[in-house]
Amino acid sequence: MATTSTMFMYSLTIQPPTAINQAILGQFAGTKEQQIVTASGSKLTIHRPDPTQGKVTPIFSQDAFGIIRSLAAFRLAGSNKDYIIIGSDSGRITVIEYVPSQNRFNRIHLETFGKSGVRRVVPGQYLAVDPKGRACLIASVEKNKLVYVLNRNSQAELTISSPLEAHKPQTLVFTVISLDVGYENPIFAALEVDYAECDQDPTGQAYEEAEKLLVYYELDLGLNHVVRKWADPVDRTATLLFQVPGGADGPSGVLVCAEDNVTYRHSNQDAFRVPIPRRRGATENPERKRCIIAGVMHKMRGAFFFLLQTEDGDLFKVTIEMVEDSKRQLTGEVSRLKIKYFDTVPVASNLLILKSGFLYVASEAGNHHFYQFEKLGDDDEETEYSSDNFSADPSVPYEPVYFHARGAENLNLVDTINSLNPLIDSKVANLTEDDAPQIYTVSGTGARSSFRTLKHGLEVSEIVESELPSVPSAVWTTKLTREDEYDAYIILSFANGTLVLSIGETVEEVTDTGFLSSAPTLAVQQLGEDSLIQIHPRGIRHILVDRRVNEWPAPQHRSIVAAATNERQVAVALSSGEIVYFEMDADGSLAEYDERRQMSGTVTCLSLGEVPEGRMRSAFLAVGCDDSTVRVLSLDPDSTLENKSVQALTAAPSALNIMSMSDSSSGGSTLYLHIGLHSGVYLRTVLDEVTGELSDTRTRFLGSKAVNLFQVSVKGQTAVLALSSRPWLGYSDIQTKGFTLTPLDYVPLEWGWNFSSEQCVEGMVGIQGQNLRIFSIEKLDNNMLQQSIPLSHTPRRLVKHPEQPFFYVIESDNNVLSESTRARLLEDSKARGDDDTELPPDEFGYPRATGHWASCIQIVDPVDAKAVIGSIELEDNEAAVSVATVPFTSQDDETFLVVGTAKDMTVSPPSSGGGFIHIYRFQEDGRELEFIHKTKVDHPPLALLAFQGRLVAGLGSILRVYDLGMKQLLRKCQAPVVPNTIVGLQTQGSRIVVSDVRESVTFVVYKYQENVLIPFVDDSVSRWATSTAMVDYETVAGGDKFGNIWLVRCPKKISDEADEEGSGAHLIHERGYLHGTPNRVELMAHVYTQDIPTSLHKAQLVAGGRDILVWTGFHGTVGMLVPFVSREDVDFFQNLEMNLAAQNPPIAGRDHLIYRSYYAPVKGVIDGDLCETYFLLPNDMKMMIAGDLDRSVREIERKISDMRTRVAY
Amino acid sequence: MADKLRTIQNLEAMQARYVGTGHADTTRYEWVSNIVRDSYASYVGHAPLLSYMAVGMGEPKEKVRAQMIEKMVRGAGNPPETQE
Repeated sequence: MATTSTMFMYSLTIQPPTAINQAILGQFAGTKEQQIVTASGSKLTIHRPDPTQGKVTPIFSQDAFGIIRSLAAFRLAGSNKDYIIIGSDSGRITVIEYVPSQNRFNRIHLETFGKSGVRRVVPGQYLAVDPKGRACLIASVEKNKLVYVLNRNSQAELTISSPLEAHKPQTLVFTVISLDVGYENPIFAALEVDYAECDQDPTGQAYEEAEKLLVYYELDLGLNHVVRKWADPVDRTATLLFQVPGGADGPSGVLVCAEDNVTYRHSNQDAFRVPIPRRRGATENPERKRCIIAGVMHKMRGAFFFLLQTEDGDLFKVTIEMVEDSKRQLTGEVSRLKIKYFDTVPVASNLLILKSGFLYVASEAGNHHFYQFEKLGDDDEETEYSSDNFSADPSVPYEPVYFHARGAENLNLVDTINSLNPLIDSKVANLTEDDAPQIYTVSGTGARSSFRTLKHGLEVSEIVESELPSVPSAVWTTKLTREDEYDAYIILSFANGTLVLSIGETVEEVTDTGFLSSAPTLAVQQLGEDSLIQIHPRGIRHILVDRRVNEWPAPQHRSIVAAATNERQVAVALSSGEIVYFEMDADGSLAEYDERRQMSGTVTCLSLGEVPEGRMRSAFLAVGCDDSTVRVLSLDPDSTLENKSVQALTAAPSALNIMSMSDSSSGGSTLYLHIGLHSGVYLRTVLDEVTGELSDTRTRFLGSKAVNLFQVSVKGQTAVLALSSRPWLGYSDIQTKGFTLTPLDYVPLEWGWNFSSEQCVEGMVGIQGQNLRIFSIEKLDNNMLQQSIPLSHTPRRLVKHPEQPFFYVIESDNNVLSESTRARLLEDSKARGDDDTELPPDEFGYPRATGHWASCIQIVDPVDAKAVIGSIELEDNEAAVSVATVPFTSQDDETFLVVGTAKDMTVSPPSSGGGFIHIYRFQEDGRELEFIHKTKVDHPPLALLAFQGRLVAGLGSILRVYDLGMKQLLRKCQAPVVPNTIVGLQTQGSRIVVSDVRESVTFVVYKYQENVLIPFVDDSVSRWATSTAMVDYETVAGGDKFGNIWLVRCPKKISDEADEEGSGAHLIHERGYLHGTPNRVELMAHVYTQDIPTSLHKAQLVAGGRDILVWTGFHGTVGMLVPFVSREDVDFFQNLEMNLAAQNPPIAGRDHLIYRSYYAPVKGVIDGDLCETYFLLPNDMKMMIAGDLDRSVREIERKISDMRTRVAY
Repeated sequence: MADKLRTIQNLEAMQARYVGTGHADTTRYEWVSNIVRDSYASYVGHAPLLSYMAVGMGEPKEKVRAQMIEKMVRGAGNPPETQE
């Protein structure tokens, strides 16, 4: 298959996946502080939990371009730094470390052991490290286990041995952990089932009798050899093991977690078993057994405990008691196992307990939580169940035990980390009349589901908003002396006066400051050591520390129109177009430069940069004139006010700002000239510090108003606040150091200035109309804002009202009691006089029951009410599966909401008792729904679509057109069009694109005269389509369940033939090809993204941007595909991609090209995520790649960042 | 002759090393069992696929993972009766 294409797309991630597959804890920086390392998809992220603020913040994130399957932390004896081992799909074991000084991950070892890819017998699935860091075991699901010995050489560097094999063919491994054995030979424990006999026995008896074994593998460090030391049968349903502390800390051994019980096992100890308590309650099934799905062991000084979590989210505290000898010393012999209810937290994929007393819950669905321990549940009322009352033999039955779930007593939620996982559906729409559209998503599962609005912007926290007596034109803050840490005054300029406010405990007006209050102000500056200056249209007031005032009056008949200041220099522009320049002399007074410079036009704005450290003055003055130019003048004593360079602009400049900002290209900081235009365009150019030349201009349209620019300080870095019709902040990205421009999620401001006080060190003060606002920006690492509205069940689809800003979300939960059943059970229990309180489902989940469905339709108003405004529960075990808004021609084009449901559905293997199509009428502009009727159909309608004033539904493999009747829907025509099950429909004109659950897409044409549906082209590859979108009339983009995105196109000739006038007889009579339609689509582009695409849209994301393909992934990814316009760009990026993959190979050892070609060769797609790693490279490598490509570093960076900022964020 | 022997030896080594490598006498049952086990191992190994199924089934990921491996024990069901 040719991997070149006539169509090229640039694939870029807007938001990386937020699901956490694996999380580990360790002291990765080599300090006492613990960090959390998480793997989400291909991303490896290190987070810093802050115990004082109770927050978890990401520090660094790296794309491994591979599937990270397992992670483990280990520490060599005597060292104080933890290393990380990665089990990935590369067929290699990778050992990396975190280097805090560079804030990067550094690979130490990469050892190949097998084929790449996620395979049954290639290790990588399980990873266990000896607690003393002496050896690690990496295992596959079946057969293979490799043990590596970890050691250090004479230079104290980590060494890794060649692998020792502990393979056992035809054996499946459920889990692997390491045992804590102190300094004895390392032992690994595995849960295994041998299937060799099951495959030989036709009667099935061997399968029935197959045993699950707990197996110990011992690494003999002396002999350098692994032996299968001990194997003993355990409960057949066991799935998880937990390490029990050994050596001096405890008895060693493992906890075996099976269905309904937890057993302590060790080779030289008796077994002890406790049941897992079940929830008691009116709606709970007392027969339902729980499993442990996650857990964590925590060691404290002299004690340890386990927190184990069941599928309901309940945490149980498990403790082990040991026998004491006559001197009351612990003997290391176990006497009993105890279990009791602790608290309930969201169902976790990983639990971590930090030494500082926090619990990190990496949730399986929805937001991740960070809890603080209030207590450890030591002396509460909860019943504790002990192993004394239960036989350790798994075959012996016992009486189940129960507990009452209750609100949290031991844990206190301190932080939640937003997660969109699982992201099930989305829409791109602009409902708030902003200049850029928002992304509306539904995500989460069960009662923790949510409807979220994603918006590009930075979060702003407002500190003060106060109304002023009249509308101010500008505001400044100033300190009084150079040494002051905080600002002392806020100076407001009005049309006819100036107001000075002092900042203290309260903000109040002061009058004896020396400021002229009867005129408006143009600029305020703290000058030299301890004086202030105020520039007003009539002159400059120099206020000395003893309140003496020196006034420089503007020349007769002229006034000051623009001013620029810094702590040593002042430049003012007069209405005559002259520029007057002052410098502070040795005695602290302002001295005027004897010549004035006459500019060609009226000066609109001026800017002086700050005085660089150790210098006397800023070397440049930028002057903007109304003839659409910006001139840079020299301030050097030898060439004062001489021209250095000129930049012509598209409109008159409205603001200028010279500032030094950190820069990714040079690695240090660079001087920039920021230019704002009256047209709302913003430019940033590099100002050469020596020659004053302007180069590398980047342009961005900010809004419809003239741009105003201010230098502010955010999170310790210099940033530019650009104000147009909305406020923007320009800053260097925390990780890439690349310049980023992001809108603030705030009211439009007219003026802004830095603000620093004791309460708010890095704030900003701004003017909006008649209001003064003080605000700050807390986070620069996340430029996607989320607004969340809780939903009641797992969302499945959403549609928007055709005109109104409302969304209709269909939701359903499998194996959950429906609301009416729950209400009935509660009623019954009330009648019996029992306890009838229902637990809040968002914390405790819904009561579960096999075969039941809870389903509803919810109306969401994300704009005004920001809440669910209506809800319809479905009855009779129906589950909503599809939804559409359909205008029916037969009903005068009135639009109805159509919902497809399935009755008594089982998911695996798929079956159901038929389905229904419900029709609802919109009432109150869509705020309410009125049920009209429902029509029974023999298959669940998994796809619905409005089509030419009628409804088209996919029922199994049949495509059927319905019209709306009085009592039910009326069949109009139908045809079997796909081999399996229709899961998606798209339309343009009389063409319907049908996606099949297993067989990609089929194009169907509807012939109106004959009333027939004719499939005319399908795909030659079976793609398990999840979602599709029509890119144009011939082309369809789609995603599949294996994580690929593809574009297929119907050949032009066939497309034209299908639309020919007439009956379509030629289409019907054409001979099918290989049991399919007569024609095949062509593959245009194909790429592996890892995450499963759940929705695709052709949309614009920024004002004035091009149409791009936006997709969302199941694990919370938001990505996009940008079509390339020119072939030259494609060549450039292809070369860059190749260079990057070769010079900077992915950290986990996966070949980048093979990774992106996981299921099929990547075609027509450039990996933008790889290209963006260029920003993160060290400077010498950047130069080398730039050399290879025959371009400058700055040029390459500009190209890469342009690809993103032109169309998205 | 030596070449043929080597080919056979290579094949045997391959079959021992890579489970599921076929040979001339692979039965339908063996082949299907392999496919089934490979598929389940793949579902377990690809995190998005596993959570996709878990959300569909309304079960936690860990439970679905255990179920999948349990199904690998079963493979394609009981082997057919041997005819001898």
